[in-house]
Amino acid sequence: MDIHEYQAKEILSSFGVTIPRGGIVYSPETAENKAREIGGSKWVVKAQIHSGARGKAGGVIVCNSPLEVAQATDKLLGKKLVTIQTGPEGKIVNRIYIEEATDIEKELYLGLVFDRSSESIMVVASTEGGMSVEEIAKEKPETIIRSKIEVAVGIQNFQARELAFGLGIEPELIRRASETIIGCAKAFSELDATMVEVNPLVISKQKQILALDCKMSFDNNAMFRRDKVSELRDKTQEDEKEVYASDRGLNYVSLEGNIGNIINGAGLAMASMDMIKLAGGEPANFLDVGGGATPEKIVKAFRLITMDKKVKVILVNIFAGINRCDWVAEGIVQALEKIEVKVPLVIRLAGTNVEKGNKILQDSKLNYIEANTLEDAANKAVAALK
Amino acid sequence: MAVIIQKDTKILIQGFTGKMGTFHAEEMIKYGSNVVGGVTPGKGGQKHLDRPVFNTVKDAVQETGATASILFVPPAFAADSAMEAADAGIKTCVAIVDGIPSHDMIRIKRYMRRYSRKEKMTLVGPNCAGIISPGKSMLGIMPGHIYKEGRVGIISRSGTLGYEAAQQLKNLNIGVSTSVGIGGDPINGSSFRDIIEKFETDDETDVILMIGEIGGPQEVAAGEFAKENMKKPIIGYIAGLTAPKGRVMGHAGAIVSAYGESAVEKVELLKECGVTISKNPSVMGETVKEVLDRK
Repeated sequence: MDIHEYQAKEILSSFGVTIPRGGIVYSPETAENKAREIGGSKWVVKAQIHSGARGKAGGVIVCNSPLEVAQATDKLLGKKLVTIQTGPEGKIVNRIYIEEATDIEKELYLGLVFDRSSESIMVVASTEGGMSVEEIAKEKPETIIRSKIEVAVGIQNFQARELAFGLGIEPELIRRASETIIGCAKAFSELDATMVEVNPLVISKQKQILALDCKMSFDNNAMFRRDKVSELRDKTQEDEKEVYASDRGLNYVSLEGNIGNIINGAGLAMASMDMIKLAGGEPANFLDVGGGATPEKIVKAFRLITMDKKVKVILVNIFAGINRCDWVAEGIVQALEKIEVKVPLVIRLAGTNVEKGNKILQDSKLNYIEANTLEDAANKAVAALK
Repeated sequence: MAVIIQKDTKILIQGFTGKMGTFHAEEMIKYGSNVVGGVTPGKGGQKHLDRPVFNTVKDAVQETGATASILFVPPAFAADSAMEAADAGIKTCVAIVDGIPSHDMIRIKRYMRRYSRKEKMTLVGPNCAGIISPGKSMLGIMPGHIYKEGRVGIISRSGTLGYEAAQQLKNLNIGVSTSVGIGGDPINGSSFRDIIEKFETDDETDVILMIGEIGGPQEVAAGEFAKENMKKPIIGYIAGLTAPKGRVMGHAGAIVSAYGESAVEKVELLKECGVTISKNPSVMGETVKEVLDRK
């Protein structure tokens, strides 16, 4: 789960990381006052969407008066912002963060992620802040320094110190820099985060160490014990169909193609999508109805896929194990009594009682194309597009 | 001897009396697995499915001599249950449960470092289908009857894609020595490398089918290990050709976040390690057959 910049800043601030003064507004009317409240003579108006690269997309505006702050807020609110990370449809701006402008002396990069090789938390830092970590890795890999946190004991002072010295930070600021790194590491461990990124982490002309832009992501599997974090979820930033799916316990990812998929199991779903691609088609989605493929899940899945207007063919691929094919076939027949499907439907059943399952489908009034293997199913789905 | 579990391996069900635990315990018993009892704290002393229920894994191990367990407990309690099993002297523990926080998985693995290599429990999963040695024992939730007895070792992150492979092999009249579902989470109890190493010394396995997917460094790490240390041929397939970068594809671990984690990159790296790649998921069985015929 992702959260907004301002939310990440509030969290990190509670862990001892210094952030510039700022506040959130939802309307231009309150923006002017908020700017006065924050004080100073220069402000930055930042669109809050779940995406990086907002600056390049026009989502960050520097203002020299409270009136300009109000105008910039008015300009951004309610608009869709398209960044290199959002895809062409962009993301809606419903919240604006107003922040005092910072006199930047130096921009650094600080990130924490799960390292799957060492199964620990990895701190990544670089002197080249402001660029994405991918860009840094490509263009200035020699500037990257890393430190592994032993999760059983947490980050140690010496590790933070080593990183701070490694970043070339001047001696009188080492202590503050270490506290900042430790704060981020503690937030990561204590809140079940999967990613914390401060980019840039800046040293201001006033010799403050400030988190200028922050990003945090959290482990969905841990939300049962993170009530405060899960309250920060902003569904307006997620794909509508993905929200619909997650509310109904389906694993769904919206994609660009036109062949809709209903499959049981994540691996089999990815494999079926691979077959579609190899057959010359493009999947419209990833959808895993769960290993069991219960009739209720199949009904929900058909509702979801038929909501997607770009879907021109639906491919159902179920490997029935413990749940037999005849039972799954009955579920499909029942689902299609409730939901009208106007596009060609390809169904491939495999596993336990496959003959019985196919017989049930054949004997129903269902208008569909039967397929036998994964390859057959993909070929027939692509052929049905024409 | 099969890898990991044998016909007479004594099995405990953790979360025995719950709906999931009951259903799959019955399936395992039907298959012929030697289920000797189970654990549900607070229900010790009762009988369930004609077998004793214990309050703690330690009690159960003492009374029954069980060496394997399978977890059907909710995600919030799974880490605790796995560590309880390790501490009670269980040698093989399969965690079926989907939804264990990654931080908990790391904690389990760190906890298990207190045991010497000889005493250390093999943890398989979480979010997996479990282990089956056809004709011998099933410590998992797979449909046992789709597995024919034979000499191919299967390792898969995905459950259903592993079933698909077993079915393709069966249709070609090829059987399986052991199939291990290692699970779809970012951090697994056992990795591909851990399991292929076991298959290499298994006298019942001739070739290994490794079914991976996008995300993480595991498949390539196994390939590199195999290149240096293994004689048995490996056939590989990586799912997720169409997966966009940075998106979680169902499995919590199926996300491309770094170089070498996409399907295309993994395939290239595995080829360099001498792994025979199944060009699509529909021909996993045929590719195994070709390799077997060449032998």
